[in-house]
Amino acid sequence: MTARIGVITFPGSLDDQDAARAVRRAGGTPVALWHGERDLHGVDAVLLPGGFSYGDYLRCGAIARFAPVMAELVPAARAGLPVLGICNGFQILCEAHLLPGALTRNRGLRFISREVRVRVENAATPWTRDYAPGQEVTLVLKSGEGAYAADPATLRRLEERGQVLARYAGGSPNGSAADIAGICSEDGGIAGLMPHPEHAIDALTGPSADGLGFFTSAVRALAAA
Amino acid sequence: MTRPDAVTGPDAPPRPSPATRPGAVTSPDTVARAAATPGRPQPHAELGLTGEEYAAVRQVLGRRPTDAELAIYSVMWSEHCSYKSSRAHLRQFAEKAPPTTALLAGIGENAGVVDIGQGYAVTFKLESHNHPSYVEPFQGAATGVGGIVRDILAMGARPVAVMDALRFGPADAPDTRRVLPGVVGGISFYGNCLGLPNIGGELAFDPCYAGNPLVNALCLGVMRHADLKRAAATGPGNQVVLFGARTGPDGIGGASVLASASFGGGGSGDGAGDEGGARAEQAKRPSVQVGDPFMEKLLVECCLELYAAGLVVGIQDLGAAGVACATTELAAGGGADIGMRVRLDAVPLRDASLGPAEILMSESQERMMAIVEPAGLERFRAICAKWDVQATVIGEVTGTGRLEMTWHGELVVDIPPRSAADQGPVYLRPSACPPGQAALAADDPSRLPRPGTGAELRSTLLSLLSSPDAADKSWVTEQYDRYVRGETVLAAPQDAGLVRVDEQTGLGVALAVDGNGRYGRLDPYAGAQLALAEAYRNVAATGARPLAVTNCLNFGAPTDPAVMWQFTEAVRGLADACQALGVPVTGGNVSFYNQTADAAIHPTPIVGVLGVHDDVRRRLSIGFARAGCDVVLLGRSAAEFGGSLWAHVVHGHLGGRPPAADLDAERALAGVLVTAAGRGLLEAAHDLSDGGLAIALAECCLAGGQGCRARLPGEEFGYLFGESAARAVVATAPGAGDEFAALCADRGVPATVLGVTGGASLEVAGCFTIPLAELAAAHRATLPALFG
Repeated sequence: MTARIGVITFPGSLDDQDAARAVRRAGGTPVALWHGERDLHGVDAVLLPGGFSYGDYLRCGAIARFAPVMAELVPAARAGLPVLGICNGFQILCEAHLLPGALTRNRGLRFISREVRVRVENAATPWTRDYAPGQEVTLVLKSGEGAYAADPATLRRLEERGQVLARYAGGSPNGSAADIAGICSEDGGIAGLMPHPEHAIDALTGPSADGLGFFTSAVRALAAA
Repeated sequence: MTRPDAVTGPDAPPRPSPATRPGAVTSPDTVARAAATPGRPQPHAELGLTGEEYAAVRQVLGRRPTDAELAIYSVMWSEHCSYKSSRAHLRQFAEKAPPTTALLAGIGENAGVVDIGQGYAVTFKLESHNHPSYVEPFQGAATGVGGIVRDILAMGARPVAVMDALRFGPADAPDTRRVLPGVVGGISFYGNCLGLPNIGGELAFDPCYAGNPLVNALCLGVMRHADLKRAAATGPGNQVVLFGARTGPDGIGGASVLASASFGGGGSGDGAGDEGGARAEQAKRPSVQVGDPFMEKLLVECCLELYAAGLVVGIQDLGAAGVACATTELAAGGGADIGMRVRLDAVPLRDASLGPAEILMSESQERMMAIVEPAGLERFRAICAKWDVQATVIGEVTGTGRLEMTWHGELVVDIPPRSAADQGPVYLRPSACPPGQAALAADDPSRLPRPGTGAELRSTLLSLLSSPDAADKSWVTEQYDRYVRGETVLAAPQDAGLVRVDEQTGLGVALAVDGNGRYGRLDPYAGAQLALAEAYRNVAATGARPLAVTNCLNFGAPTDPAVMWQFTEAVRGLADACQALGVPVTGGNVSFYNQTADAAIHPTPIVGVLGVHDDVRRRLSIGFARAGCDVVLLGRSAAEFGGSLWAHVVHGHLGGRPPAADLDAERALAGVLVTAAGRGLLEAAHDLSDGGLAIALAECCLAGGQGCRARLPGEEFGYLFGESAARAVVATAPGAGDEFAALCADRGVPATVLGVTGGASLEVAGCFTIPLAELAAAHRATLPALFG
């Protein structure tokens, strides 16, 4: 049995098909989950894809956290179900208080769409175990509100407990605190990443195939579990 | 005007100033009343209809039109919807169309549909949103994207990519700093939120576009052959469903007032008398619509699910002229005996005070109209509910051949639909070559001082490379998502955008949009041909076979004989060139009235070419990424400088003849590029256009990271900066030089080995050596310095 990884589609999700393709390329089985259903269909892990859920009205991710599917996801994640939120998915995880801090408007106030170099800081999570600690990868950043922000105590705690998942190598393009590109829960199961690994799974359609490791990591971690 | 003598409905509050809204009165002007009061004065001129056109409407109906009918004819017979000044000329695109079996739907549909093989079809179209983008750049540009995406959606296709061609006034003009960031922000906002990759386009500056920016948006859609939809109401008894956003007071009269008239002298309402001017400006402001890309995303997914479920008999998007256009075109498309009965009071409103004429003219965004069989209605509603899309039955198809509309039970419209949709006025407007044209052509740039020494050639290259027209456009393109959907193989700054259609076979589609207003000004016939040739060449440079053409023809006021001459010349040139290159026009758009007071923009036909790529894994990039490859110049070079980037940037000069358009040479060159890409003979390819070989080589080096050492076969200045058409520069694959040379010889394409790739600088023997870092700095600093 290959790992069954759920991909939630909210109204306004855009990268759900890309995330599903990345799961397939990594050897897993993507399972489409619908925002309006209080049902995770027994998946082994969940991806919250990028996009503009509910138009990002009010605040990015602020409405999505109240979607029916989230009522199932939040307790499951707290009980150990691996969850990766990418871009808008990261914003939703912060709004749902599954991860600390918030994503704020980019420094410069413009949407940024470009390739970025990212350093994997914690390679011991279900989402990063196929990388070496400190490994640099090329992913895609595309967001208007991607600057990670948290109070000093939270930032200190993230650093101390190895919860900084990834950092922008060579400085943050958007004003993220401590150049943070992604964070995770203390046990590493819940992860949020602002750059998009699912757009970097094939050098034909992306800047590299470096991002595939996030998905192969999960498939292998779930097979081992 | 009229005294209100009836209430419109329980939820309609009293209106403060009915006269400020066209056709808005508290009691409906019914068909019966129109027949009984033939002499009532009507504001046809304010709505953009001439006295003759108004008389023609009365003739069609045999009475005066009601307010609602007048609203329908005023928008449907506007320049924007009826193409009344251009239609007689556009016929050439069909008359001169080359024989092709690739066209599944052509001119007259919402967009043309092209067979690309393996059961796939693609649809694509360019459309202007110039005037709204000047009045309110952000929303104007955003709704331009939204509108063209709905056109593609209405053909049955999934929209998969967007592109745009933009023109602004001088880059350093204060108003450009208002308009450009707003336009780019609006395209970014709408396209990104909709989840459509932006795969390229072009951007240029010229004083003629100050006060008349051009925002031409293109959308590409993909479908299976069987998915093709038509904008036709068929089957009496079928239901007419309006779905998507509610209707509000935005964009009322956009087609007739904004898109079909030129702005006043200063653009701020001066000269029309203070009060009248202020009111006129105020009246234009709501002519710009406001976009909600989230609603459009829902509408896209909802429509595709409705199509897949087989629930849609006919469909039309609501764009210019809103409900008026969708109902008349659907009914007219159904055939002579098809009619429609519509309850205008059933239209869901965002503003309950709207009357029938306003509802008909509103250009509220994110709306579609479908014809649905009664048996499918419940499933239709269920799919709409799944996507949180409001769907309302507003009428039904009839067999009467009449379009009838009621307002709370009273008949307010009763017209033959084709009289509004298809039988509008057609004008053969006077055209005359402007008196200064010959003098302009005689003002040859050969009299201008030219750089002679190596140091002068070096600084000329750097100044062209850093000029706003040739400078790196990352400031713009980094605001656009190019990655979403995971099928983008090439995007800006490549010669063409390229998206994969089939992951297994590698089938893909390439698209390029091009145009050069300076060439058009010097010779509109040649300018249109050169625009087509450049887009055609750009598509071929990726390895894709050019297949079909769309266009957006941007011109001044058609009532000016000089503008009409430019227009007719450009259309004739484009139609002749399409015939010569064997690529049919599948659809397009005309934008007139791009002028401020008496000054028209340069004639600016923007031409989009679509090509099919048999295997996107064999695509060619412009970048020199490997050292040690031969650099080869393809095509014939002559010292052609009329309308060139050099004359424009260095001397501010525009005169002489544009480069000669040699369409046989273009066809041969494209054949070489496509064949060589398919056989794997090339590492890189880049077309030569503005700024000639020098700019092309610099772009190849910067895109791939490898330098290049070249030796020119003749007079350096002419070779470096001349803009002869039908040329490209390529880097051959290791060991492929002989086979490539033989291919070029076989196809009669001149090929000159200039040198070899490698190193960290661009070196032209005997002229200059420029480190790539210096080239990059010159190329990349300009737009950030101007726009922050």
